[in-house]
Amino acid sequence: MITKRIIPCLDVRDGRVVKGVNFQDLNDVNSPVELAKFYSDNGADELVFYDITASSDGRKIFTDILRETARNVFIPLTVGGGISSVQDFERVLSCGADKVSVNTGAIRNPGLIPEAARLYGSQCVVISADVKRVDGEFHVFARGGRDDTGIEAVGWIRRCVDSGAGEVVLNSIDTDGVKRGFDLEMLRAVCEVVSVPVIASGGAGSIEDFITLFKSVSGVDAGLAASIFHFGEVSIGELKAEMRRNGIPARIC
Amino acid sequence: MIAIVDYGVGNLFSLASSFAAIGRNVKVTSRPEDLKAAERIILPGVGAFGDAARKLFASGLAEPLVAEAEAGKPVLGICLGMQLLFSVSCEFGEHKGLGLIPGSVRPISEVIPAGLKIPQMGWNGLHFTNPSGIFARSHEGDYVYFVHSYSAFCDEEYITATTNYGADLTAAVQKGSVYGVQFHPEKSGNVGLDMLRAFCEVSA
Repeated sequence: MITKRIIPCLDVRDGRVVKGVNFQDLNDVNSPVELAKFYSDNGADELVFYDITASSDGRKIFTDILRETARNVFIPLTVGGGISSVQDFERVLSCGADKVSVNTGAIRNPGLIPEAARLYGSQCVVISADVKRVDGEFHVFARGGRDDTGIEAVGWIRRCVDSGAGEVVLNSIDTDGVKRGFDLEMLRAVCEVVSVPVIASGGAGSIEDFITLFKSVSGVDAGLAASIFHFGEVSIGELKAEMRRNGIPARIC
Repeated sequence: MIAIVDYGVGNLFSLASSFAAIGRNVKVTSRPEDLKAAERIILPGVGAFGDAARKLFASGLAEPLVAEAEAGKPVLGICLGMQLLFSVSCEFGEHKGLGLIPGSVRPISEVIPAGLKIPQMGWNGLHFTNPSGIFARSHEGDYVYFVHSYSAFCDEEYITATTNYGADLTAAVQKGSVYGVQFHPEKSGNVGLDMLRAFCEVSA
């Protein structure tokens, strides 16, 4: 049976892993290559590298780090952050990324997803959506959660999938960093309308939060988190053992 | 030297890196003479069958590849590269493959229950149905990484491993020295690297 995936997310700035609470107050955590190796050896099913660098110098460091990671880590790597053109896809795919996630780039340029899907296949195009409740409606936010686009999120995500995205990362800004559990209501709303894998992001604070996620939203394929893994608050090995005890298929390596 | 066939489909960085990680000398190549000189050949591939088959035949590499395989040189097809080993595919019209293994490539939607997501994307367990040299270091139930919407349908004698995704799907095949895996050993952690090690040890 296909397993539910556990995915640590590494936010990388200037070649270092950082993690913000509600996208602010960034702290240096570790070296991306070392951390990626550690996670791969300790049961991570996949890794997400998120490039939060703004400068072109930083971008060069990022691709060097990515290449170095892909040379040493043999599980799927998804790369996001600053992807706004097919040239950006090419840049990270040639450094060893398996999937590329687009966020603000897909909002600014609706042609990006279909073009990338045509060139590289839907299996490597991931739509990553930062979503927040505004006046009782789910809105898509751009620029790392800073700008409300006013776009209704569920319909927008479905349109991204219809136009070629092969996977969805749904990051709830409302629960991100709060550590009281994933945004089950938002996840249910998205899982109802898409038939591609959905990765839940934002809000994991404990092993129990993942168990609740997989038990209560059957359409979710994976759970993503950052700081609880980076700071050792949740061990992936223990998380997966607990998933299995609860009848949730998990890969033990 | 192990030749990774480069016919303009997909990115071969991870595949080349995985052989480097197990201490094997690889060459990513689009030259027929390298296929002749190689001890073993890897046929990779992602994307759509028709497009890949067209590029492979146009590259001038299909003919030497088939000749080497028929002469008994170990060949490993990975993902779409495995599907290309078969006679025919029904992905977006009918397309001819290399014909090294009798069988066809058809949508998994023909056999899996409605409601399951397509592609199958993620880690799934292997069930070994026939012995194969590339699984010399593997264990029943080992998890490997899949991304596919199509699958090979062929005589059971060629199937060496299946995976269950609502139905038993072909996960690995072998006919003589021609091997194929639907999953990505280069993305399947140590379990996958062990399969690449074993492939490097199968006798020609």
